[in-house]
Amino acid sequence: MPEEITLTVNGFPVRVPSGATVAVAVVSAGQACRKSVTGQPRSAFCGMGICYECRVTIDGRHHCRSCQIVSTPGMDVRTDE
Amino acid sequence: MSKPLQPFDVLVVGGGPAGVAAAVRAAECAVRVGIVDDNLALGGQIWRADRGGRQVTEAEEWRRRVAQAGVTALFGMRVFHQPEPGVLFAESATDFCELRYRTLVLATGARERFLPFPGWTLPNVMGAGGLQAMVKVGLPVRGKRVVIAGSGPLLLAVAAYLRRYGAEIPLICEQATWRQLARFSASLIAQPQKILQALQLRKEIAGIRFLANSWPQVARGHGKLESVTISCAGKSEDIACDYLACGFHLLPNNELASLLGCEIRHGCVQVDEYQQTTIAGVFCAGEPTGIGGVELSLIEGDIAGLAATGRRDDSRKLFGARRRFRRFASLLNETFALRDELRSLPSPETLVCRCEDVPHARLRDQSSWRAAKLHTRCGMGACQGRICGPATEFLFRWNPDSVRPPVFPARVENLAAVAESLEPSAVIGGYPCTGKA
Repeated sequence: MPEEITLTVNGFPVRVPSGATVAVAVVSAGQACRKSVTGQPRSAFCGMGICYECRVTIDGRHHCRSCQIVSTPGMDVRTDE
Repeated sequence: MSKPLQPFDVLVVGGGPAGVAAAVRAAECAVRVGIVDDNLALGGQIWRADRGGRQVTEAEEWRRRVAQAGVTALFGMRVFHQPEPGVLFAESATDFCELRYRTLVLATGARERFLPFPGWTLPNVMGAGGLQAMVKVGLPVRGKRVVIAGSGPLLLAVAAYLRRYGAEIPLICEQATWRQLARFSASLIAQPQKILQALQLRKEIAGIRFLANSWPQVARGHGKLESVTISCAGKSEDIACDYLACGFHLLPNNELASLLGCEIRHGCVQVDEYQQTTIAGVFCAGEPTGIGGVELSLIEGDIAGLAATGRRDDSRKLFGARRRFRRFASLLNETFALRDELRSLPSPETLVCRCEDVPHARLRDQSSWRAAKLHTRCGMGACQGRICGPATEFLFRWNPDSVRPPVFPARVENLAAVAESLEPSAVIGGYPCTGKA
């Protein structure tokens, strides 16, 4: 099995297989990725960078499509921002 | 910027089957060839590498060929603007690049078509190919219950894949009729390759319950999906599940072609027999010219790569094969055409535009896509109407608008470069990208 790495989602550590995207970390952590304009929870939908539902803040950078970005150790991921 | 700005002789946008075939063909002429893709590796959606190490053999072979051919490959980089013919602007998570070309091949692939129904915005309702892509990059589905619904052969491939990774598949729902499916199966006799694939697939999905004439009616859950109600032949059935993988066949990604001014008809980029669009020097291959599958994409990519490097006679040898696969493509699209009943899936409260949260009730009295955009903000959000545009085209028979730059959302600092024609931080024309954020 490939090794795992640890990153944080909203401050809590989450372990994912190395090579997993940030969207996998957020979904595995049971979190939604963002709140819609009327406040609904939304999460990864198209899985291929088209729909923008999986946007999160990564290391302070807003509106990152988490399905297109690979997790790295220690990455700070924030949802609902 | 002391380096000379040498353009690519052939630049390919999109690294799926059509794109890699075009790039490898073009590189046979020892010209400067580049390939640029939003994803992190070659292969597109169909050959997306499996994180668990299971590689698609054919994809591996193509990756090797691209590397050997000396093609400059740029990943994680999305083209968002053409400031003038022969120049494209692209950005990655951290970089901005200017790409120059003499000849362009658009191989931008396809995406899934999604239809709104109550509950489709709940977390864990995903595209069928979307969930497969997530599993490929590490999402565990062992022991999870996944209902698969929508239309098209992709549903079966996704079922087989998820089962291999330990998911339980209580049901596959296909909106097409048994009659349509039977006619489609019978036609496979003319496509020996497809028969083998179908037999292999049948083995892999043996025992999974399959319904034709059926579709998802309501997805329910508190904060995330818990169950789905399926409609089949006038009856409803509730099924508890962890994921609903849902896609209604595929759609061409034609936005970049549209931005460049290529003629598009019924959603498909129009090309001549050499895969050239209505813009001279701009070719198009694969799904953007019409959904047809991997074999057709490879052949169209071959033809585009040959024709783009002046080898029209060689490309003609592939016309016969292309004709055969196009026949299969038309049958595919007839079989999985959407039925009228699906137009009544949304309730008045169902959100049609997921970016701007615009419900069906606010859209049904609008006269056009443009009117809907102006009055409700439908299609004005981050996805730029890529999800709700095709949905409203089906639901209300609206025609999509022309595309405006940037063709994807871009960062402000990069848009500033467009607006003020600032010198980009990196220029790529066979040179490595050294740009900074």
